[in-house]
Amino acid sequence: MSAPLVEVSAIARSYAMRSGMFGRATAVHAVDGVSLTIAKGETLGLVGESGSGKSTTGRIVLGLEPPDSGEVRFDGKPMAAPATAAWRAQRARMQMIFQDPLGALDRRLPVAAQIREPLDIHDLGTPAEREDRVRELLRAVELTPAHGARYPGALSGGQRQRIVLARALATKPDFLVCDEPVSALDVSIQAQVVNLLVDLQAQLSLTLLFISHDLRVVRQISTIVAVMYLGRIVEIGSADDLFARPEHPYTQALVSASPAPGRRSAGRIVLAGDPPNPAARPQGCAFHPRCPRAIGRCASEVPVLSAVGSNRQVACHLVTGAETRDAA
Amino acid sequence: MAPLVSIRDLRVAFNGVPVLRGVDVSLQKGEALGLVGESGSGKSVTWLAALGLLPRHAQVTGSVLLDGREILGAPAAELDHVRGGRVAMIFQDPASALNPVLTIRRQLCEALALHRDLSGEAVKAEARRLLDLVGIPDAARRLSAYPHEFSGGQVQRIMIAMALAGNPDLLIADEPTTALDATIQAQILELLSTVRREIGMAMVLISHDLGVVAENCDRVAVMYAGRIVEEAPSNQLFADPVHPYAQGLIGALPPLDGPRRRLTAIPGTVPDPARMPDGCAFAPRCTLAAEPCGLASPSLAPIADDRAVACIRAEASRRALLGIAAE
Repeated sequence: MSAPLVEVSAIARSYAMRSGMFGRATAVHAVDGVSLTIAKGETLGLVGESGSGKSTTGRIVLGLEPPDSGEVRFDGKPMAAPATAAWRAQRARMQMIFQDPLGALDRRLPVAAQIREPLDIHDLGTPAEREDRVRELLRAVELTPAHGARYPGALSGGQRQRIVLARALATKPDFLVCDEPVSALDVSIQAQVVNLLVDLQAQLSLTLLFISHDLRVVRQISTIVAVMYLGRIVEIGSADDLFARPEHPYTQALVSASPAPGRRSAGRIVLAGDPPNPAARPQGCAFHPRCPRAIGRCASEVPVLSAVGSNRQVACHLVTGAETRDAA
Repeated sequence: MAPLVSIRDLRVAFNGVPVLRGVDVSLQKGEALGLVGESGSGKSVTWLAALGLLPRHAQVTGSVLLDGREILGAPAAELDHVRGGRVAMIFQDPASALNPVLTIRRQLCEALALHRDLSGEAVKAEARRLLDLVGIPDAARRLSAYPHEFSGGQVQRIMIAMALAGNPDLLIADEPTTALDATIQAQILELLSTVRREIGMAMVLISHDLGVVAENCDRVAVMYAGRIVEEAPSNQLFADPVHPYAQGLIGALPPLDGPRRRLTAIPGTVPDPARMPDGCAFAPRCTLAAEPCGLASPSLAPIADDRAVACIRAEASRRALLGIAAE
């Protein structure tokens, strides 16, 4: 394995939230003690339901938001303070793609001008070189210069996401955070964009943090997958192995809930209860109120992410504590 | 057995632009039919048109028989009896389908008063029974809550309760779980199939998610550009799709187990309804397209007892699939 490009150690972030207009402010722990490393050229997939903190993790890793505690290191160096020259240089090496390409593009500007913008901001190349680079980027995402002259409204959803991708690649970044990049696209278009992303990653040896709720897409693109629940990582392991043999009861339920053509729903694990509320995190293991296998210890003691086998880490008393497994 | 619903040559045009170009589909009592296709393929419009729910400027032609009675263009009084009574509908965004300033009790009782001969305490008792049925805990107390006090999954349960208020024979579920998280989606789908079994209701499940449809329906119809291109029992469609578009949709779905393979993306995009290609609408994106494909639009023709496909290259397409499988 090559050296890590991104090292995230024990980052935490909480927001103050009021219930009602005059309610007391309560702290919502969006992310709570998340550690990750992503090796160069690797893709880490981050899955979880809404409110699990996966997008906040992505924003902190990119330095769009400071963590309350913990640290993010990029290429061996800590993140520079925002709005400094060092920060700007670092930010050119890392880019982000969001779910809604129309929201990420300016509707009143031809898309080629928008692809060019990062080159102007970071002052890369002469004006003529920038024009060449825009054409090259359009080709890289399998569009033509004719597409570049259009406005976002005149492009399809899949084409817009390609434009966003081309713009993100303009500064030749090493690291790309993709937050639900294909969730808004139809299946056939989704496959086009996923294939394109896989190809570009191989060509440009990009490192990716791929955030999605869609297990299938995550498995297709990731080498390592981390599963988040209420701000914590509950399981992390190699993509193929994790989905084939999930250990954490939550991962098992997620995999089982993913519908598959040609399989009837017999034997599916259907979790009881509502999606978790980050403002009212249960004591002990946050998952225990919905867990079909919870034992007494789960309600009081927070399980720690610990190694199970050679390349898997799980935060669950039932999986890591051998004695408790017998007792259960 | 006479079908519960039988749609024949249903066509819809908005301002002269055809969006539904001749749909034929029928549904037996108690059957679950899945409708899949990409955005704009006409899955929702088919049922909105059938129930007379499209805006007035939509031109709708064809025939929709409910228990042998024509309901397309039926008088408003008759449609009021059908909608919510015989046929109920639930949508993707349940929160916007509820009135935020009225309690759940008011809204449920309204539906009950409209479609059932109940009054006074009986209405309230029935409202409580429905909430219990859809798995809202502490139903008696929760009836006086407002929509915002429920989570997204619970609001969809309430919508299902309201849909069941008129004891419908058919429930049209239009992307009922698309806005929900995976574990909640599993809950709602399980609820729908339990309820359906218990009261013997037929269901049309509209979804862009092949997996959701495959697991919850007996029969699936695949739509493309305003037409049904293939219809088959779910297990057969997914094991052996015939139409190149159906094959493409299944190939584009990343597998969750087994070896990873490159996704077989369908090139290009869905045609613009105002500039529909001549002949088969899928031909410009089809790898198997031949010259005759551009001449006439193929009609949905049976290829087995319970299967039909609209493709003149169906045989070639089947061979191509087997060839791939043999490699």
